[in-house]
Amino acid sequence: MATEKKHFNIMNHKLVPFHMIISEKEREELLKKYNIEPNRLPKILDTDPVSIYIGAKPGQILKIIRESHTAKEAVSYRLVVESNK
Amino acid sequence: MPKKSVSAKDKKEEKKTKKQVTEKPDESPIKKTPKSKIEKEEKKKSSETSKKTVKKSVKKKEKKVKKKSTVEEISERKKEIVLPKKIEESKERREIRSDINKILKDKSLSLYIIDDIITRVTEDKKLKTKLKDIISKTLAEYEKNFIDPAEACGIIGAQSIGEPGTQMTMRTFHYAGVAEINVTLGLPRLIEIVDARSIPSTPMMNIYLLDEYKLSADLAKDVANQIEITNLNDVADIEADLTNLTILIKPDTKTMKRKGSKIDDLLESIKKIKKIDAKIEKKKIKITLDEPSYKKLLNVNESLKDLKVKGIDGIKRIIIRKEPEEGYVIYSEGSNLDKVLEIEGVDPYRTTTNDIQAVGRVLGIEAARNIIIQEAYNTLMEQGLNVDKRHIMLVSDVMTSNGTIKAIGRHGVSGEKSSVLSRAAFEITVNHLLDASRRGELDTLGGVAENIIVGQPVNLGTGAVELVMKRSKKKGK
Repeated sequence: MATEKKHFNIMNHKLVPFHMIISEKEREELLKKYNIEPNRLPKILDTDPVSIYIGAKPGQILKIIRESHTAKEAVSYRLVVESNK
Repeated sequence: MPKKSVSAKDKKEEKKTKKQVTEKPDESPIKKTPKSKIEKEEKKKSSETSKKTVKKSVKKKEKKVKKKSTVEEISERKKEIVLPKKIEESKERREIRSDINKILKDKSLSLYIIDDIITRVTEDKKLKTKLKDIISKTLAEYEKNFIDPAEACGIIGAQSIGEPGTQMTMRTFHYAGVAEINVTLGLPRLIEIVDARSIPSTPMMNIYLLDEYKLSADLAKDVANQIEITNLNDVADIEADLTNLTILIKPDTKTMKRKGSKIDDLLESIKKIKKIDAKIEKKKIKITLDEPSYKKLLNVNESLKDLKVKGIDGIKRIIIRKEPEEGYVIYSEGSNLDKVLEIEGVDPYRTTTNDIQAVGRVLGIEAARNIIIQEAYNTLMEQGLNVDKRHIMLVSDVMTSNGTIKAIGRHGVSGEKSSVLSRAAFEITVNHLLDASRRGELDTLGGVAENIIVGQPVNLGTGAVELVMKRSKKKGK
């Protein structure tokens, strides 16, 4: 997966929603709210262009604010996992 | 969406200034190599570098972060990433919004609904006093429309897409969207999307241009020429002179001009072929072999025909069209998202492809999720089948849930289920059962298929809850 330096910022592409690493406090609140273990969340690879761009490490949780077709804005979370390749 | 375009523009400007800061020459090579390689490189470099100890310390940090860039760079990037900007609202609307949020407390409503309420309230001032009432009624109605807990949404989704799918044309060779470009549509395309094929059967790109380029036909053409693949055969005549063992290349001036290439460019790309000598003679290119051989001459002649002189690999054909509110847009047959986005004049933030795997590779898993929804929805809508987007969103969510794009079916989602019986119930029953018995697998009977096989109530819908009757002591005895 080539993620060389580009002259543009992939985060601004219209297909890419907003991603953010959440803080420790927010993380605890999230896990408590849904009463889940982190690995029950959807995953994102650490080799994903977006994770590389924002410097996410395995174990961290990303908050994703999607532009939803039904609710205008929808918040979702993904756990960063190590890719096995 | 107007909201996004506003923030995108701002970010663009930010980026311009930032670009100069981030482009430190020493980081770029390390950035793209995987971790193990970095460590190797590190060792190499540490043995090599007696040059700068300062650099070394920076690199050590890098190792700590495990990421392919320095700490400073990432923190800089974090600053750059701001929350998506909200459209500037009038003071009145903002006040109502904060009022609504106060009333809602920890409950939530869809933003569309909130916006709707705000518009209505601003129109009619009397409603403002009843805000609390409105919200509580909306909330009640909203929650009534939630899907029930333990409802089998997957099956509903499958049926909702599957049933109209039977109406789809089996074979379509439509020229949809753009004339002249053939795109797979209908059922074959839907299967392709759901199967997560690595290359679609008819890859295609919509290439949008930046402001300066999209209004001028000439500039748009320049960009198109850079993208479309041009072989030597297209712009020049190749003649093999068998008696002198030379090859003469006569560029066709008309097409050369149209494609915007020069004879020097041709020479450059011809020189990449090994063991030949090429030079310009009277507006022609003369090629001689290092060692004269009849067979070799023919070989070189063949490879010259397919020699790429310009363009991007994979882009076979290009069509430029003027769209009403957009200006010139380039449509291409064949796709190479990675390279096309780098071309000057291409708007890298709007250009898309129908190659889902490529989107996942270049823009990440969330972008892939979006393109799956978009492609599947458009395929269905194009056939006049009105499927609710929520069902397609569910499919897309499942396909991208583990960070890679998985196919629906034996090789993807169904093949990765943890339950043996569930997998055996789907396809290739005997193999699964044999493998499972050899490994001594355990089935926890969590899913639907397993429970049906053993004859238990399924853990769904009413089967997911247990009812206990509350006996009152008075009437009990």
